[in-house]
Amino acid sequence: MKTQPIDQFACTLPPEKRQSVYNGTKATHEKRTKLLAGDFADPDRLRQLAGEVKQHVIENLDTLLPQVEERLTAGGAQVHWAADAAAARRHVLAILQRRGATRLVKAKTMVSEEIELAPFLEAHGIECLETDLGEFIVQIDHDHPSHIVRPIIHKNRREIATSFEKNGLGAYNDAPEVITRRAREFMRKKYLAADAGMTGANFVVAESGRLVVVTNEGNSRFSLAAPKCHIALVGIEKLLPRDRDLALFLNLLARSATAQQLTVYTEFIRGPRAAGQPDGPEEMHVIFVDNGRTDVLAGECREILRCIRCGACMNVCPVYRQVSGHAYRSVYPGPVGAVLSPLLAGEDFLEKADLPKASSLCGACNEVCPVNIPIPDLLLRLRDKGKRAGAASPGLPPMGPWALLASQPVVWKAALIGGRLLDYIPPGLIPVPAMHAWAASRTLPKWRGGVFRKWLRQREKRKTETGERKA
Amino acid sequence: MTTIERKPPLGKKVQLMATCLCDAFYDDAAIATVQVLEHLGLTVEFPEAQTCCGQPAFNAGDWNASRRVVRHLLRTFKSELPVVVPSSSCAAMVFHGALLAFEHERDLPEVEQLARRTWELADFLVNGLGVTSWPGRFDGAIAFHRSCHTRGTRSAEAAATLMRSIPGVTLVEFGEAEQCCGFGGTFSVTFPHISEAMGRLKLQHLRAAQPQFLVGVDTSCLMHLSGLAEKEGRPVQHRHVAQVLRDALKNGGLLAA
Ligand code: SF4
Repeated sequence: MKTQPIDQFACTLPPEKRQSVYNGTKATHEKRTKLLAGDFADPDRLRQLAGEVKQHVIENLDTLLPQVEERLTAGGAQVHWAADAAAARRHVLAILQRRGATRLVKAKTMVSEEIELAPFLEAHGIECLETDLGEFIVQIDHDHPSHIVRPIIHKNRREIATSFEKNGLGAYNDAPEVITRRAREFMRKKYLAADAGMTGANFVVAESGRLVVVTNEGNSRFSLAAPKCHIALVGIEKLLPRDRDLALFLNLLARSATAQQLTVYTEFIRGPRAAGQPDGPEEMHVIFVDNGRTDVLAGECREILRCIRCGACMNVCPVYRQVSGHAYRSVYPGPVGAVLSPLLAGEDFLEKADLPKASSLCGACNEVCPVNIPIPDLLLRLRDKGKRAGAASPGLPPMGPWALLASQPVVWKAALIGGRLLDYIPPGLIPVPAMHAWAASRTLPKWRGGVFRKWLRQREKRKTETGERKA
Repeated sequence: MTTIERKPPLGKKVQLMATCLCDAFYDDAAIATVQVLEHLGLTVEFPEAQTCCGQPAFNAGDWNASRRVVRHLLRTFKSELPVVVPSSSCAAMVFHGALLAFEHERDLPEVEQLARRTWELADFLVNGLGVTSWPGRFDGAIAFHRSCHTRGTRSAEAAATLMRSIPGVTLVEFGEAEQCCGFGGTFSVTFPHISEAMGRLKLQHLRAAQPQFLVGVDTSCLMHLSGLAEKEGRPVQHRHVAQVLRDALKNGGLLAA
């Protein structure tokens, strides 16, 4: 049976991985929904409002970006612009090399995954340590994150304990407290020895130049407070117009991402250490990364740039729950990734053109998205784009003949009658691959083609006859 | 879902879009739809030339092929009458999907005209006609699957309202009700393993609630779920919501023969 790559991946996924992903996503989704409904009279209205604010942002980047550069610079930060991944990597390297830095501690940032920063820095002799516990485990396992908020949602604690043991972080012990304590002890020393710290930003406020970073582990606070140099890597779409917008967005982000009313740590950063401040980095750099975003902005799927990377869409997605994030062959998995990854792939669009098809178009993602992105519509647009670009579509019957049939009523009616044959031929012998795929796990109802139309006609006839008799 | 503002139905006549699945497999759901509408005093017109709504090609990404079918739909249903569809999915194709597919087409206004008068059955009964309770009798515990295409519309609430009002009906709750059944049109054959896994999960939740009937507003979801169940050797009794409404009339002696 010829099926799509993601369907094939699903067949190879070990059941315990699927179970980990399913349990984790389902629990967070259900908690999120309860929390939002309990805390707000009309959470949907909040999602719509937040969507409008972000839509405003992406449509006004041309004025908001210069504004934020001006505010950041006034606050003492240095602003850099990176058109693509290579430029972003070069900026980071140049900053580090200028300072003679060889040890970088890194909080979680998806952009750094996107530009494949860590291997690049390692190749230039710079140690690059992930300090988010999940990302750290991904790093020591030479694995990839499978969720944008919970990178190791596909692992259970036994696997984690094993890799800790393998990496010299103590004898096997799978108690979560022990794992966390060991990671913390290991990292404390690293923070103190680091030359530079890197974070992302969940929001950057245009009016104030304020960077906002939310975490639950406090690792971002260490990463930006202990070393002398702070580098923030930020996608150009991460802006919010005003400080007051944070009220809406912080409320929605924590609930959507981790089903919390507020994350444990929320950092507001206005620049490097100012005169008179006792502590903090002496240098702060903000690197704004485009890497294909302006092309997305120019296209028909620009709403995806509203995304605040909360992960709610993957938590609710029935396909993601069955296949895990690795099935998407991309930094961004799940519904958001199925839209964003092919778009950010640029010239390699065709390599990712199957991702938008990995959806039953159920719309659950749109229903939970805190910025109300019409993800199913965007998936559909990308399917159309893929078809026009000549993307392969294994298992899919061609639609041309069907369209011909469905626009010729006479042929259609004949086919309805002729379809009775289906009842007499075993599905395995019907030379249509789609039929085999259907029949492998389901029966087909008995063919009743034309029966409804016949019922109508007979009724019509009876009516005329009774009418004639009456007359 | 961005949908278009609907015109309130005036007059006593409607057009029926029976859907290709009713045409091929579920004739009784279409018959029940006619009987339900006629019970309310409406005249039902069935444009003979109708085929399909164009959704298979639309979802498959072949928007060219889809537009071809939608244009046939436009010709077939050309009128000012409300169009009633016993399927949230086909209805949404008309009032949402087609609008996307025709965004840059010259005949978009015609698509909009059709979109403005197209209704899913339960939505039409409750929000179009203002019917909020249903007479007769239907004995049984019903698990009502809210098809995904009812998201962002008032169809699911409408169907639940009607069924809850029927003497004898109890609606049973089941786990993960917001999750898709795994059908998804061409998805069910291009991603058969994922589709199957989704369907099994749905069946598991449904069976735990021990309903007598699985009821839905779309025959497509019912076809998928009942097909899976039957293949397992554990068939489920399933009904389209129109059949429940019609059977209630029948059981209450309210349906003219
Ligand atoms: S698309 Fe929406 S739900 Fe998905 S990660 Fe982005 S903001 Fe969250």
